Amino acid sequence: MSERKPNDTNEVETTGHEWDGIQEWDNPLPRWWLYIFYACVVFAIGYWIAMPAWPTLNGYTKGILHKSDRAQVVADLSELHKIRGVEGQMLKNASLEQIEADPKLQAYALAVGQSVFGDNCATCHGTGGAGGKGYPNLRDDVWIWGGTLQDIQHTLQVGVRSENPRARSSIMPSFGKDQILPAAQIDDLTEYVVALSGRKADAGAVQRAAPIFQANCIACHGATGVGNQALGAPNLTDKEWLYGSAREDIRGQIWNGRGGVMPTWEARLDPETIKALAVYVHANAAGK
Amino acid sequence: MVVVIDRTRKVSGENAAGPVSVADRVRKQSDPGGGLYKRRAPIYPKLVHGRWRAIKWAMMIITLAIYYITPWIRWDRPGILPDQAVLIDFTGRRFYLFDLQFWPQEVYFVTGLLVLSALALFLVSALFGRLWCGYACPQTIWTDLFIYVERLFEGDRNARMRLDAAPWSFNKVWRKVGKHLTWLVVAFSTGGAWIFYFHDAPTVLPAFWQGQAPATAYVFCALLTFTTYVFAGGMREQVCIYMCPWPRIQGGMLDNHSLQITYKHDRGEPRGPHKKDATWEGRGDCIDCGQCVIVCPMGIDIRDGSQLACINCGLCADACDEVMARVGRPKGLVAYDTDSAVTDRVEGREGVYRLIRPRTLVYAGALALVAVVMLWGLTHRTFISVHVLRDRNPTFVRLHDGAIRNGYTLKIANRSFTTGAARIEFEGPKGARLETPASAATTGPIFALVEANTDRAVRVFVTVPEDSLHGPHLPAKFTVTLPGGTEAVETTFDSDAEDDDD
Repeated sequence: MSERKPNDTNEVETTGHEWDGIQEWDNPLPRWWLYIFYACVVFAIGYWIAMPAWPTLNGYTKGILHKSDRAQVVADLSELHKIRGVEGQMLKNASLEQIEADPKLQAYALAVGQSVFGDNCATCHGTGGAGGKGYPNLRDDVWIWGGTLQDIQHTLQVGVRSENPRARSSIMPSFGKDQILPAAQIDDLTEYVVALSGRKADAGAVQRAAPIFQANCIACHGATGVGNQALGAPNLTDKEWLYGSAREDIRGQIWNGRGGVMPTWEARLDPETIKALAVYVHANAAGK
Repeated sequence: MVVVIDRTRKVSGENAAGPVSVADRVRKQSDPGGGLYKRRAPIYPKLVHGRWRAIKWAMMIITLAIYYITPWIRWDRPGILPDQAVLIDFTGRRFYLFDLQFWPQEVYFVTGLLVLSALALFLVSALFGRLWCGYACPQTIWTDLFIYVERLFEGDRNARMRLDAAPWSFNKVWRKVGKHLTWLVVAFSTGGAWIFYFHDAPTVLPAFWQGQAPATAYVFCALLTFTTYVFAGGMREQVCIYMCPWPRIQGGMLDNHSLQITYKHDRGEPRGPHKKDATWEGRGDCIDCGQCVIVCPMGIDIRDGSQLACINCGLCADACDEVMARVGRPKGLVAYDTDSAVTDRVEGREGVYRLIRPRTLVYAGALALVAVVMLWGLTHRTFISVHVLRDRNPTFVRLHDGAIRNGYTLKIANRSFTTGAARIEFEGPKGARLETPASAATTGPIFALVEANTDRAVRVFVTVPEDSLHGPHLPAKFTVTLPGGTEAVETTFDSDAEDDDD
């Protein structure tokens, strides 16, 4: 197509390499290219001196700028704490209802609550708050000590059967273990409690257990078995069972009278954090 | 390794004698001269007048005007939205283009625009050669502008070569200093205008001078000032030859039928000096005056045929036409022509231009297809998008009456310019009730305010009574309606209920 004259005269030496008739010519580099290369070399030397670069036997060269990602993280964290201080102050001054009513403050409280929940509460209640056998589910609408914002905050503050002097504490007697009731009556009571929540039960046993229930249980659980949040007595007529809904679970609970423990958080968490936690738990629970 | 700096080869000194012969020039370009590196042979392009030069001036004015004026166009948008017609808002993560605005999720529109541009470039290259390189590329525009400034201070080719060869004097110093200062001002205006595309221009201009602009504005202004000064002032054609990948790619778009600046060797050869009144019999029209080489900003000889360094700017054609007019030969010895037409004429046929070829049809077809898809996408896009995230921990919660509650997080993006209450409807098991942490339970739709041009996560709880549950995973659907459109997302309602087959 076109003939390039300089090629014909071939004044440039080749490197001796040839691929399918294509030769590599030994042309000099453009000067600016070389200067950039030198500049890179100079920069690299400066970089070695200024920045951490070389490993040594017991560490590494620190560089005269003393730059360290770890120090940067520490600085970033202290900056973060400063920013959080402002929002924390707002949490401190607002009431629980005010926090829920203000979408921005609520969002902040929810975020704080979620992370604190994961650190402190998830061990027992699960990361999603669904609880487990013996550990209340915080997502449903069943509350032993009340589910209002204030109730939740109070439970968080003082705990249940904790070392806090104001701790909440409910007492379920061990009817079987302490030989308050004979085993046969406990069997009948079990049928009675099963019947309370609307399930099929042995009618004869239910009839036999009615006076036993009246004598031993209504002080806490009420005449109809709906429980009492002030005393921490669970509702026996709903379909939610803290220690299991099977007959042997219910019987075991009457026999042993177990009660769970929740730590007091006043000593571990500051009041703003407890507020945030209360808002978080309340927002994710059903039925308030 | 020894680096030999060849300072003996004073190119300007050689050139001062007058027009260089082509062979000399080429030898100088590929000087084997012993060193590891090559000093750039200065190029002193001569000012030329003519059709292509006029188009290049016009293109320079148009493209520079577009670059400098665009960020100052205002465009009324509601509320706190920016009123700048074209704005790339990195902090807000939005791209505003007149009536259109794009979210990061819609980046495929920008991708589509790039694909469209690439295809247009392919098509134009296949048809008319490297028009982009010669007339519209920023490197060409700014280099042209810098050469213009250079001429203002140092004069045209011969004056410049004399000045460079002359010893340092007051005259030389003020011309050089003036040129570089003006270059820097131009480069600074280039870098300065760049930042207007990323911030509100009328706000950032005074802020820039008061030291109140974001640090990135200063960094990018400095960066673009530097690159403009270095690329357009110092490196010029070297950017195209050594740094730009496009000439290599564009070579693949061209074929024998592409119109390119071509030396018609069928008409020009054999070349040689021509005396006045001598006969033109038995020789070509090329009088080997070297004008085409002298005016070339890339420092090449178009008579060597189409080559990588040629940007198809047409200045050599202008220069040659001028000479042809002077010696009384027809214009167009160097002109937009195709290799196949030249071959045709050499073989005694009429040169035919075949602009419609399989290659151009494919490019044009692809271009039309992408354009239609883009247009369809732009006219049919909804201004709302909804994502439903099912709570996985816990998947469901049993309430006191045996009802089951599922939690969902709805991510609702309102991409329109209107703030509106998103109407959230749930379709699923019978008797399902909807609530948010802030609203009361209802069997009807619930509403959540989503401000214009924002997205919001809405927590939604759905409670289904025990007797509607006839399987562990029931089909469910959220329908969200905003002024900008409606979107339905399918999901499931989960429980521990067992399948019943009745």
